[in-house]
Amino acid sequence: MNLATGVQVVSFGILAVMMIGAALGVVLLSNIVYSAFLLGGVFVSIAGMYLLLNADFVAAAQVLIYVGAVNVLILFAIMLVNKRQDFIPLPRAWVRQVLTAVVSLGLFILLSTMVLATPWSFSTGPAAGDNSIVLIGQHFFSDFLLPFELASILLLIAMVGAIILARREFLPEQTLATELEQPVLTLPERPRQLVSVASDRNSSLDKVERQK
Amino acid sequence: MQLQYFLLLSAALFCIGIYGLITSRNAVRVLMAIELLLNSVNLNLMAFSNFLDTEAIRGQVFTVFVITVAAAEAAVGLAIVLTIYRNRDTVDMEQFNLLKW
Repeated sequence: MNLATGVQVVSFGILAVMMIGAALGVVLLSNIVYSAFLLGGVFVSIAGMYLLLNADFVAAAQVLIYVGAVNVLILFAIMLVNKRQDFIPLPRAWVRQVLTAVVSLGLFILLSTMVLATPWSFSTGPAAGDNSIVLIGQHFFSDFLLPFELASILLLIAMVGAIILARREFLPEQTLATELEQPVLTLPERPRQLVSVASDRNSSLDKVERQK
Repeated sequence: MQLQYFLLLSAALFCIGIYGLITSRNAVRVLMAIELLLNSVNLNLMAFSNFLDTEAIRGQVFTVFVITVAAAEAAVGLAIVLTIYRNRDTVDMEQFNLLKW
């Protein structure tokens, strides 16, 4: 990508601030729906980083897979598990939080000293640039052929496993019995408020008229 | 642009993900923290691919593989969370005592 250095630095700064802020929001916010949407923000800003790193194909794949599939899947899971429960407070939860914060900060300091101290051997060859998708395809079908095929098998296994894990084996008896009497729209796992169908009311009206 | 900026940024994202992975009590939030970890690794790989391996961009190939594994992991992980929620009626990580001796 041919951008001026100033533009690159400014967009990198904006994306970095967006990414770190959204990631902190994902971890620290108490409402999990906000966390899920901020996770989408993290994914989008990482796609912007990929564009800065001359990788347009992977940026598009990131937006499609992460924002389009994984984030929507997480939102679906949150809506299916919409139990607003207040977790029972642990006796010494703050010890764990402080300890984890210290360990994470130490890990960050360690990694940053490693990054800054290592003499990186920068490549001086011609950049792939717009040719990157051709190169990725060549890698997939020559020297990364076996992992590529294994990835497809992995996706198939994951799909079958997710379906088998998440599907309902049986419906509870009580829900089936009520369904025979009057058709109500309810989920089997949480019968909270029953939404009666409009046709149900019409049929009861019909019954009244028939009785007349 | 420098390689070090991207590496520092992905290190920060990784540490935020570790913090969220250990401290969060909602099981779905744990999965989101795992996604943060995988994304930080992806950013690392892409930075290496752009700065150290510009001719044959193998880092991008690895990133595609990591994205694939992350998608599979998210699907299976959320299915497991749904199953545990159906059996235990909670998503609190502290009350899951399965696979515990």
